Amino acid sequence: MSIARNITDLADRYDLLVVGAGPAGLAAAARAADCGLSVLLADENPAPGGQIYRAVGTTPVTRPAVLGAEYWKGGALLTRLAQSRAVLAPSCTVWSVAPDAAVGSVEIGVSLDGRARLIEAAEVILATGAQERPFPIPGWTLPGVMTAGAAQIALKSSGLVPAGRIVLAGCGPLLYLLAGQLAAAGATIVAVLDTTPRRNWRAAIAAFPDFLRSPYLAKGLALMAKARARLPFRNGVTDLSAEGEDRVTGVRVTRGGASETIACDTLLLHQGVIPGVNLSNAIGCAHEFDEDQHCWVPQVDQWFASSVPAVAIAGDGAGIGGAESAALRGEIAALGAAQRLGRLSREQRDAQAAPIRAALARSLRGRRFLDLLYKPAARFLAPPDDATIVCRCEEVTAGQIRDTASRLGVTGPNQMKAFLRCGMGPCQGRLCGPTVVELIAQAQGLSPAEVGYYRLRPPVKPITLGELAALPQSDAAVKAVVR
Amino acid sequence: MFRPITDADSGASLNFSFDGRAMRGRAGDTVAAALLANGVQACRQTPVSGAPRGPYCMMGVCFECLVVIDGVGNRQGCLVPLREGMRVETQAGRRQPEEIPA
Amino acid sequence: MRAPAGSADVIIIGGGIHGCSTALHCARRGLSVILLEKDHAGRHASGVNAGGVRQLARHIAEIPLSNASMALWHAIGDLVDDDCGFTSDGQVLVAEDEADLAGCRARVDDLALRGFHHEEMIDAAELRRLVPAVAESCPGGVVSRRDGAAIPLRATQAFKRKAASLGADIREGVQVTRVARDGAQWRVETGAGDFVAPRIVNAAGAWADRIAADLGEPVPLEVIAPMLMITARMPAFIKPVVILRGRKLSFKQFANGTVLIGGGYLGRAIRDENRTVLDWGKLAANAKTVWDLFPIMRGAPILRAWAGIEARMPDDLPVFGPSARHEGVYHQFGFSAHGFQLGPGAGAVMAEIIATGHSNVPIDGLGIARFTQTPASRTQA
Repeated sequence: MSIARNITDLADRYDLLVVGAGPAGLAAAARAADCGLSVLLADENPAPGGQIYRAVGTTPVTRPAVLGAEYWKGGALLTRLAQSRAVLAPSCTVWSVAPDAAVGSVEIGVSLDGRARLIEAAEVILATGAQERPFPIPGWTLPGVMTAGAAQIALKSSGLVPAGRIVLAGCGPLLYLLAGQLAAAGATIVAVLDTTPRRNWRAAIAAFPDFLRSPYLAKGLALMAKARARLPFRNGVTDLSAEGEDRVTGVRVTRGGASETIACDTLLLHQGVIPGVNLSNAIGCAHEFDEDQHCWVPQVDQWFASSVPAVAIAGDGAGIGGAESAALRGEIAALGAAQRLGRLSREQRDAQAAPIRAALARSLRGRRFLDLLYKPAARFLAPPDDATIVCRCEEVTAGQIRDTASRLGVTGPNQMKAFLRCGMGPCQGRLCGPTVVELIAQAQGLSPAEVGYYRLRPPVKPITLGELAALPQSDAAVKAVVR
Repeated sequence: MFRPITDADSGASLNFSFDGRAMRGRAGDTVAAALLANGVQACRQTPVSGAPRGPYCMMGVCFECLVVIDGVGNRQGCLVPLREGMRVETQAGRRQPEEIPA
Repeated sequence: MRAPAGSADVIIIGGGIHGCSTALHCARRGLSVILLEKDHAGRHASGVNAGGVRQLARHIAEIPLSNASMALWHAIGDLVDDDCGFTSDGQVLVAEDEADLAGCRARVDDLALRGFHHEEMIDAAELRRLVPAVAESCPGGVVSRRDGAAIPLRATQAFKRKAASLGADIREGVQVTRVARDGAQWRVETGAGDFVAPRIVNAAGAWADRIAADLGEPVPLEVIAPMLMITARMPAFIKPVVILRGRKLSFKQFANGTVLIGGGYLGRAIRDENRTVLDWGKLAANAKTVWDLFPIMRGAPILRAWAGIEARMPDDLPVFGPSARHEGVYHQFGFSAHGFQLGPGAGAVMAEIIATGHSNVPIDGLGIARFTQTPASRTQA
């Protein structure tokens, strides 16, 4: 492996660009390089690992038990990449991916160290992973309110835990895992407020037998039982709001019809993860609404190729499956790309993929149970309180969106942008998109699938005007027509 | 406010400043992590209402940790590695025309 | 033949700002209207353009329509019950050097001879008063003080809503597949059934050539994708819209601080897929122009870039007015990336022509005959 630290270290063209150095991207890049492809693995973070294996090669956390055995498995993926011939570009942002079927290549806009450049790739694998599902409650914009994932990242990459009193709220495996990790690291957890709707059990129970035979059972259930026994869990939470003036000072919580305020210094929110679709959406890949996971996922075939030629999507970015399945999906996507580029015959590809597919099926077994059990309650998907901020960037509230949807008959999120500017700030809809869709669906009596999603535009991450102005110009000499 | 766990590898120490205040951070931290470790919760004001905001996702998604770094605005603090001598400032929210430097 | 799914006095094909405006003005005149839009109102050029409400630097042939439209823009809330985000802080054409400035003077003098006085020469001092952030080297320019900008999708949808409230039957998601004569009527075939009316308006934008071809009036319409980009909120530093005489640029800061950068650099339109592809090399040229002209913008984050799908005619002028071949057919398309400002007025003039056969606003030079008739037949006509 070699490392590109400068924009000039990049070649003009690669056989394969892999976006994102989490488990899927690491595995895809290594596998593709082993197949003889020239591979660039770009990640906007300073070190590879993605979020699940965040900083696994550089973490200051020395005691393995704090982060748990699953975390340290990521080290093997780094080693494998290091032994491959792939090029790793850390702190490298991919802001545009534009396939051109006519030319048979993909134009890639990248920025590294404050400079932008356009390069080419024959094939692209998006391994951009997941993000946490937005959790819009009153007060969630207050400093001191963060996602559970954020606290986990601070722990993994910097060995930091929140000082003072911590409240965790929400549902899903990551929340319970983090609670255990924070406790093991010596942090002070005053409450874990569980919002899992009780009736989810009814929907999930059918998927339970599969779960009993799944890898999740051993690691997940044991972990949770341990956390629940030791930590101040409170179940059946039906309402939440963060309180405070210019920072969070407490959480108002309702359960069993009664409300109380729990004082805290940090509130960590989490209600599952969803695919990060900004790049695949901006490329124009077809997406569909996954009812079980309750989120938009890109449509992919059995080689994880998207609807757009030369673009594949591996890992949690193509539907949530967890770290193990992400790496396996990365391998399969790499084999697909190698075959399309003529480095593997179909027979070779299929033979190499067969054992990986078997492992993938095993790794995904039982997933559905978790999806159904931890499906967020409706009120945490579409906040009933009108004053709750939905679009954090532009400070657009749930009430404004509901009103515009019903009074002006706005039926889609793209039209909503023109009226309220939701989704038009720097996060480009990542923190409001799912909620805006949910609110419109509610107001119009439609399903989220019918409402659709934002049409996203490149650059998928902002670039400065100066970076853009310094790119080679294709049409500088053209003069305006002025009359 | 965040604190290091007791048995973490403390690593090399770096000097930086936030709004003119001298601070110390750990080599390998991002700017956002270094700010949290120094007790900084709010690092920007929104351009809409001027409300204070601080790091929220720490993974480049939410753009709440925007700061000015060495005079360059709108940088995502959670993606930028801390360097010795960095000058970090609050990303100002609403600014009026008369505040524009000539 | 199928029984019609609907009939009206007028069928309008296309729910851009022009189709919606004509629907509104027809409804105001008491005509029954069906509007057929294949996507949703303002989905393409009308919803994603720069929102410039500009008389500045317009072709002479468009000025009467533009004047009629500007009067409506300045009372737009009265017309459509929504201010459409319209603000009027003028538009300024910046001369980058003395040669540019001389060209500006010739243009303003020519307009004055024709009786148009909306464009006004400005010297370096007035330029700097209007646009303080402009580079020192610019010697002056032209201002059109009543110009401004609006929010395109919001405006288009406001016209749609108002038209609907006056009884127009707006059908979105209905794609026209064929237009044909049916006795005294026109039959407009769609995936949702046939619609009939004695009069039809072709306001189908980048798809209008297909309707025109069905009618035996083929036109050399080019499908283009003008690109735009927008920044994060910046400190307020400029009020008027700025355009250039030499290089391509359209530059506008909204009240919320975001800056819209355009100027007519073209991406690639794939109209059958409702899709456009950006050309970053051209956007780089666009960005470099801003970098030169407004040093304050150099660190501005570009948040989004996009392109709309638009129709351009070879002479950059719209096709506007009655068909050259058929009774009851009217064309209103090909606005060549500067039709947004014309929308409100063009709809009023079109409705007047449909209802009365005549309008006092001259539309000479905009008829479809300039493309469909040979030079010889035009001389005879």
